[in-house]
Amino acid sequence: MSSNYEERDNNYGFEREYERAMPGRGGRRMQRRKICRFCIEKVDLIDFKDVKLLQSYIPERGKILPRRISGVCAAHQRMLAEAIKRARNIALLPYAAD
Amino acid sequence: MAEKRIYEVVFIIDPEAGDDEVMRLSEAVQKIITGLGGSITKTEVMGRRQLAYEINHKKDGTYVLLEVAGSGAEIAELERRMRVNDQILRYMTIRVDEDRRRADKLKARRARKAAKQPGSKKKQSAADADEMEEGYAA
Repeated sequence: MSSNYEERDNNYGFEREYERAMPGRGGRRMQRRKICRFCIEKVDLIDFKDVKLLQSYIPERGKILPRRISGVCAAHQRMLAEAIKRARNIALLPYAAD
Repeated sequence: MAEKRIYEVVFIIDPEAGDDEVMRLSEAVQKIITGLGGSITKTEVMGRRQLAYEINHKKDGTYVLLEVAGSGAEIAELERRMRVNDQILRYMTIRVDEDRRRADKLKARRARKAAKQPGSKKKQSAADADEMEEGYAA
């Protein structure tokens, strides 16, 4: 109840679908639904200068981590993506790394 | 429109420029902004750090962060000057007042929500207690 951000999206809307899909596939991957850490910490603004934070959302290749993996909600993913792109522009983060 | 806009300006200075050069540049920036009616609310030299990728064959640079309040005219002038300055490897201006306002709004809404919820719960339990007392009395 703590979040303002699309409660439906990161709660029952997805979970319901997920549980329905799983038994058909033999319950191969039973992972717990991840939840948005920005919602828990009640972050309203993601700063492009916070390199440490942003770095945890860019894997080795330098790409932006998709939210299907990180579990970040849509609203925060938008903010995060914007911040990462700004950081790239001023060379705080790489556009591409290998 | 009447309201002042707030911008964050970040620029990267050539690593070969000395400290006095950095000071001189910051002073020049200050002059441009105040000259056109803006004001600098924050200046922060973030220091020298490694660039994530090379810019003009340079591997590091001195980052300077400014917070500017103004109409936007001084930003246009500042960007024009920075564009022609060889010592400035890269600059970026971001308007932050709108985002901050939005963040404040979200925060306020959350505060309101939080104030409402425990409050109503308390009332509920108080009402329960009242009822119980009445029940005992009867």
